[in-house]
Amino acid sequence: MSSHRVTLDINGEPHSLDVTATQTLLDALRWQLDLTGTKKCCAEGECGACTVLINGLAVNSCLVLAAELHGASVTTIEGIGTPGSLSWLQDAFLAEGAVQCGFCIPGMAMAAHALLAEQPHPDAATIRDSLSGNLCRCAGYPRILRAVQIASSQADE
Amino acid sequence: MNSEIVGTSVRRVGGQERVTGRYRFVGDIRLEGMLHVKLVSLDCAHARVDAVRADAARSLPGVHAVVTENDLPRPMPRFGPVHHDRPMLTTGYTTYHGEPVAAVVAETEQLAAHAAQLVRVDYTELPSVTTVAAALDPTSPLVQDPERRSGVLAFTNVLSESRFGWGEEPGAAELVVDQTYVFPMVTHFAIEPHTFLAAPDHDGVQVWSAVQHPFALQRVLAELLSLPLASVRVHAPDPGGAFGGKQHAKFEPLLALIALRLGRPVRLELSLDETFQAVRRTMFEIRLRSGFFRDGRFAFQDAECNALLGAYADIGPRVVSKSTYLMCGPYRVPSARIRVRALLSHTPPATAFRGFGTPQVVWALESQLDEAARRLGIDRLEIRLRNLAGPGEEFIPGDKPADGDWGISLRRAAEEVRWTEPLPAGRGRGVAVGIKASATTGASYAIVRLHADGSATVLSGTSDMGQGARTVLAQIAGQELGIDVLRVSVVMGDTALVPFDLQTSASRSTVFMGSAVRAACQDIHCQLVEMAAATFQLPADQVSVTSGLVQLPSRKLSFAELLAEAFAGVGGEVIGVGSRRGEHMGTHPLGGPPAFYEFSATACEVAVDDETGELTILKHISVADVGRAINPAQVESQDEGAAIMGLGHTLMEHLLFDERGAIRNLGALDYRIPTTKDLPLALHSLLTENGDGPGPYGAKGAGEGGLFAVAPAVASAVAEATGAVIRDLPLTPERIWQALQVTVDSPDT
Repeated sequence: MSSHRVTLDINGEPHSLDVTATQTLLDALRWQLDLTGTKKCCAEGECGACTVLINGLAVNSCLVLAAELHGASVTTIEGIGTPGSLSWLQDAFLAEGAVQCGFCIPGMAMAAHALLAEQPHPDAATIRDSLSGNLCRCAGYPRILRAVQIASSQADE
Repeated sequence: MNSEIVGTSVRRVGGQERVTGRYRFVGDIRLEGMLHVKLVSLDCAHARVDAVRADAARSLPGVHAVVTENDLPRPMPRFGPVHHDRPMLTTGYTTYHGEPVAAVVAETEQLAAHAAQLVRVDYTELPSVTTVAAALDPTSPLVQDPERRSGVLAFTNVLSESRFGWGEEPGAAELVVDQTYVFPMVTHFAIEPHTFLAAPDHDGVQVWSAVQHPFALQRVLAELLSLPLASVRVHAPDPGGAFGGKQHAKFEPLLALIALRLGRPVRLELSLDETFQAVRRTMFEIRLRSGFFRDGRFAFQDAECNALLGAYADIGPRVVSKSTYLMCGPYRVPSARIRVRALLSHTPPATAFRGFGTPQVVWALESQLDEAARRLGIDRLEIRLRNLAGPGEEFIPGDKPADGDWGISLRRAAEEVRWTEPLPAGRGRGVAVGIKASATTGASYAIVRLHADGSATVLSGTSDMGQGARTVLAQIAGQELGIDVLRVSVVMGDTALVPFDLQTSASRSTVFMGSAVRAACQDIHCQLVEMAAATFQLPADQVSVTSGLVQLPSRKLSFAELLAEAFAGVGGEVIGVGSRRGEHMGTHPLGGPPAFYEFSATACEVAVDDETGELTILKHISVADVGRAINPAQVESQDEGAAIMGLGHTLMEHLLFDERGAIRNLGALDYRIPTTKDLPLALHSLLTENGDGPGPYGAKGAGEGGLFAVAPAVASAVAEATGAVIRDLPLTPERIWQALQVTVDSPDT
């Protein structure tokens, strides 16, 4: 399989990747860059576990071909905070007890991150709708929704 | 520090790694030089495999092997937690949709997938058994080879059959209700699909699997590979959700064998579709003939339970026996006759799933009570209160008496939905309870290391699959040692490092492992008394140790201060060991009485749109009798999650099979689970804390209960709102709408 070289920005750092024509962004992140915070579940755009930001927009990275991303800016869960230096949103997830097994949380956090970037003070219905594409089988939804609400109010303080 | 840690909602231990994507789940582990495995399976359930033609796949550069049964030992090694019936790879026949016939091993995941498509399987499709009726039909094909079974049932699809009960033969009853209830197959759908790795390791093997029972997997591997336990190292990273679906060995034995044969690490990541095909919840069809006196009290219970297991037993027989043991629920029933069959079918193996059969049994029992209440003209809450066992009452003759004041939780649930207030048309309320016999036998060991600076490390074989075991164990150690949770590390998930734990299931970990950790800390206390006495040349009875403090006649020291004195110039640490065991009792039907009962009450209020059948849950109340919550927020979040998961099987989930035995709705597109848009408009979890559990500080297990009684509570509310009584799950809008089109509920007895 022929490979294509793409240059893109990932979490603020420039990267050059050699990717095949069928390789997804999810696959490139997890296997070429070892950015395993982005999770793989359904691989067909239905569960939201692999959500990342491309040019600020939340997308399922399993549905995007890496070869299409020349010049793009990608943000993954590794790019919005680190242990000991959490974002407001990440801190709110922990404060509200929104994390159970944690497998869906990176995708959930990225979807919420995109929402708050676009709309800093969403109402409850907007938060619920924005996260409806992210499945959580532990069903921590009520606390996840509350965490996003709280993060949106704290961001101003 | 002296503040209470137990009973406080400290933040989740391991939470920072999870919200930042740093935690390495099993699928995130990369081994040097590893190869990738892809399984080959058929698109039907039952078939004779005539030939596997793999030359084209084998000849691809980068393909290392295509493993079929011909490459494996003969007879085919088999394993399973109840019967050793599951082969490493199928032999001659496939017996469920997705059962692999070959495994391709290649340099990359993509190449393995490509090569798997080149493997041609010649097969002859055979009729399949996918329903209770077909499994009971003597003319149906046999799922398992009778030569591998024994006893009178070998030539049937009945894997096991049992009868039990108590009391006199039933006498006269005012009312007899005779109804059949169906609970379909549903899938676990942990968001983390199954992934397995294996690697040769000196004289043995290392395996990575997000397994709930790493020590059970270690034993299976050791037996199959003829290795000592000490040569089998199981790494069990915290599962990304498990819910019972990650209890027992699946493809780890095959992976271990391939790794040893090829001398290379190997990795298998199942797709979500393949994960659906790996295991699922046990399907039940339960016919109840229940006798009632005029005042609503039970006269007798006569149950016939048919549980549809899959092609291999897995833990299914235990699911069936343990859940139906409580076929009379938490109620006082003077006469019980319970007949139970576990049936084989050409479907994926039925395994444990949150509640371990309890939601299925509760669906039938609680729906039946509603039926009786309606016919007798008794309030649905009242009929339950009249039958409910009181604290200390022996409701199953000869077994553990009621260990909670369950009426409190039931009343609270009803009050929270304003049970007695009138409702507008199209609205209804429901209330139901569920009870599960918790863990019976089994051992848990813990080691706690008190380090020189007063911080501590807990070594535990429990798996934290989201229920929060790490946090609870850290809180118990923190409480006992008088240190902040942030100064406690919890090491889990490596059989080479941590001491034995039987399993992580049945909400047992807080009670069993929690007790072991507490005992290990108390062992440390004893050692510190001796250490202080020796260090300060005092009689031991003049030294006392409480959490974090050593009291001498003249002064108080922190643990760290004592260790600094005692270890001066030499160094050291204090190692505490603790255990909790539930011994096996041969005479008990379950092998031993339950350590506690997990009791839960659910109440809800719904609105039904009678033109579309659409259901809105306006309010959902879940009350859990937890004895004592070590971490209230975690217990509540577990209970809320269980309630919402319960809404999944209540409202939308079921696996559908076609006439070839293939699952029609594999994957997230076709199998719906609750999303943020499916939540009740209000959802509250309430805890009943009477400190009456057998665990540390009076704790009971928790985390499954919120699921038990969701379906009957919602169905009861739908019946009140519309008059439509539905006895098959799930309660889809279509099914509710259809029920509204017919005259409901013709009397049957």
